[in-house]
Amino acid sequence: MTYEFLQHYWCFIVSLLGALLVFLLFVQGANSVARSLGYTEEGRRLVYNSTGRKWEFTFTTLVTFGGAFFASFPLFYSTSFGGAYWLWMIILFTFVLQAVSYEFQNKIGNILGPKTFQFFLTLNGIVGPLLLGGAVATFFEGSNFLIEKNNLIDAGAITPIISRWANASHGLDALLNPWVLVLGFAVVFLARTLGILYVMNNVDDEDIRSRGSVRLIGAAVPFLVLFVAYLVHVLLKDGFAYNDEGVIYMEPYKYLNNFLEMWYLLVLLLIGVVLVLYGIGKTIFSKGYVGGIWPAGIGTVLTVLALLLSCAWNHTAYYPSTADLQSSLTLENSCSSEFTLTTMFYVSLLVPFVLAYIIYAWRAIDSKKLTKDEIKTDHAY
Amino acid sequence: MFNNLFLDIDAGMIDWSRAQFALTAIYHWLFVPLTLGLAVIMGIAETKYYCTKDEFWKEAAKFWQKLFGVNFAMGVATGIILEFEFGTNWSNYSWFVGDIFGAPLAVEGIVAFFMESTFVAVMFFGWNKVSRGFHLASTWLTGLGATISAWWILVANAWMQYPVGCEFNPDTMRNEMVSFAEVALSPFAVGKFCHTVTSSWIIGAIFCVGVCCWYLMKKRHTKLAVESMKIGAGVGLVAALLAGATGHKSGMDVAEVQPMKLAAMEALYDGGTEQGLKIIEGIEIPYGLSIMATNDPKGFVPGINDLLNGYTTPDGKVEPSVEEKIERGKKAIEALARYREAKFASSDDGETAANNLAILKENMKYFGYGYIKDKNDVVPPVLINFWAFRVMVGLGCLFILFFAVILAVTYKFPKALFKKYDITTLPAWHYWIAILLIPLGYIASESGWLVAEFGRQPWTIQDMLPTWAAVSDLQSSSVMITFFLFLVLFTTMLAVEINILLKQIKKGPAL
Repeated sequence: MTYEFLQHYWCFIVSLLGALLVFLLFVQGANSVARSLGYTEEGRRLVYNSTGRKWEFTFTTLVTFGGAFFASFPLFYSTSFGGAYWLWMIILFTFVLQAVSYEFQNKIGNILGPKTFQFFLTLNGIVGPLLLGGAVATFFEGSNFLIEKNNLIDAGAITPIISRWANASHGLDALLNPWVLVLGFAVVFLARTLGILYVMNNVDDEDIRSRGSVRLIGAAVPFLVLFVAYLVHVLLKDGFAYNDEGVIYMEPYKYLNNFLEMWYLLVLLLIGVVLVLYGIGKTIFSKGYVGGIWPAGIGTVLTVLALLLSCAWNHTAYYPSTADLQSSLTLENSCSSEFTLTTMFYVSLLVPFVLAYIIYAWRAIDSKKLTKDEIKTDHAY
Repeated sequence: MFNNLFLDIDAGMIDWSRAQFALTAIYHWLFVPLTLGLAVIMGIAETKYYCTKDEFWKEAAKFWQKLFGVNFAMGVATGIILEFEFGTNWSNYSWFVGDIFGAPLAVEGIVAFFMESTFVAVMFFGWNKVSRGFHLASTWLTGLGATISAWWILVANAWMQYPVGCEFNPDTMRNEMVSFAEVALSPFAVGKFCHTVTSSWIIGAIFCVGVCCWYLMKKRHTKLAVESMKIGAGVGLVAALLAGATGHKSGMDVAEVQPMKLAAMEALYDGGTEQGLKIIEGIEIPYGLSIMATNDPKGFVPGINDLLNGYTTPDGKVEPSVEEKIERGKKAIEALARYREAKFASSDDGETAANNLAILKENMKYFGYGYIKDKNDVVPPVLINFWAFRVMVGLGCLFILFFAVILAVTYKFPKALFKKYDITTLPAWHYWIAILLIPLGYIASESGWLVAEFGRQPWTIQDMLPTWAAVSDLQSSSVMITFFLFLVLFTTMLAVEINILLKQIKKGPAL
């Protein structure tokens, strides 16, 4: 294994985790439409109990995504999290609210009342995907930071920091870029689409399923419009490329070129998009079909994976700096040492085993669909 | 190019970042030990159900799992903040040692968190959906996942106290891992893990016994109370004894690799051989500190002044003064600057770079001291360390006695002493003692962390990186705002959790 292979391999693992995370945002998406999808108090509880059996997968994937990024590309971890402080803090804040909301909302002794926690779930359902989508958009649009490793040898400085944000808004400035918002809202509506598809599949309730078919159109149409708009924008925009010496420069149609030069990513993207459309379309047009979450979910993973890899592979700076082009992060200048990447490579061989027991446990729990009776009798939120 | 660009950075931000991390860690540690401890209690209860098929044990297991669930969510919620705060508030740290420190966090996510989150869902929702064997396995795997998670995060923490298995790379300007085994199996990490996990089992046991005593006092759910108390007290006694033994090992580790922390814990200013262990100021156990630190009554233990001014041990080992270390640290940093200048200059013949690299390597051990402005900065807060250590050890001893008495009364052993006592009909104040010990368990556990973390100050990584060289470039106002946001959030959620737990306990099991 060469160092270059390991860099690309770990980029793939992190991107795969990111893609799985976007798929698992169906938890947030369903929570954001729980009021209208559930309609009655009992219906809403069905939705929350359905997503409540999966929220920890989303949460764990987010944590593992962060941990894997830290281990494999520590300069990104240090630059993005330390720089875009407010963006990440707001994301984390809403996820903390979500984590406790399931367990607390309907327990006796909940002094804040169930509606407070349902509001938290809605808040996380909108803000979480919006800002995570916005954070992903910065991989294409760039962020306002500077890196100077020589700052570490300035022992006289009060704080010899190497990564600095070039403005005081610490990440919120990204939201001033309309394209960041376009992708952010695309992810919000994608999460809603997946959330509705998931609940229709997971809950054995005719009212919810029939309402889901209608709500699905309201989520899927804006998602498709926003996603196509962003995809076209990315394919036509100049991208951040670097040469063999590591010098970063702007290249016209960089991301389009990436898809053409890495045809397998284009195939992944197209298969992904077709699967998402198939999952949505069949659910809308075939009465009684509730399995749309699977093609749409797999399609989401493939699409996001292709997009994330297109902004990092093929000599592309995956975390570009708009303040100083040469501060931009590439796989080469931001990764861990060869030894660490090799060690982590062997750890990553556990991933298929982990996926296998997740699938086994998931199937065991979901073998019987959630019903109104179950939320009255068993451990329920 | 951008050197000194933001040198007017607000120094108060460093303390706010420390405060925010401490706040998150302290809150996180209110929930984690109960998770680890209750995992054992509920696992044993469900194993009894699996072996006996007695519905009583099924309901007992479900009852403890319900309490586990209320607490578990808060542990998860506060944990995610901790992981990301390494990046948000300690960005220099994340780069400087991310090559080593990130790996345990990633392994924790891949190996432990997924195990925990997958099987906790089966544990809660799988009672009527999976076989008894699969359910039992899920319950134990939930606890195992939490324990493996503790292993990796404690490996990471132990590495900050005792950095091993790494080398500084002057070209990348960071420390890089050279031995994963040394990092993952560092003796300091093993000791820390054993001590932390066993002390967490104590918390679970105290909680269990306290809840049982409340039922006995109220004459409710007597069978559950007595049977669970046997489990709780048994786990508690074993855990407390193990925590004592592992604590001694931790003490020896600290003496070896963090002598300044030990000196602060003992408020020992002038050390020497045959040192006594202070119970409080003025009362001491002769030779106690020497035994604790070296396993030898005549062992040498340096004091704060010895460490500041330098000393020679009886066997002739010379430890330089802090001022000398600062000088050598500065020399290392200067050599690094010259090395990089020469290395990246096209005119260099390689000799200047090689010479400076040699100087850097010679002084690298004291690199972090190059950032120290005043030698007294390396002394951790003595008062907090001194008292936190005593609170932890004192309460630990009390818990051993407590669990032993509970077991003796419950099993009426030895008979001659305890045959007249019936655990279900004791006067109310007996039960109140057990209930009041619950908060003391938390105080002991948090005190242990106060010793571990305050004792490490001013270092984020011992002798390698002080706090002010590890932070992110933020305004103190930003960190102050998030500090108070988290303070309000965590405190509110803690209040809700405690209230829910109390109501669930009052409601009791479905027996």
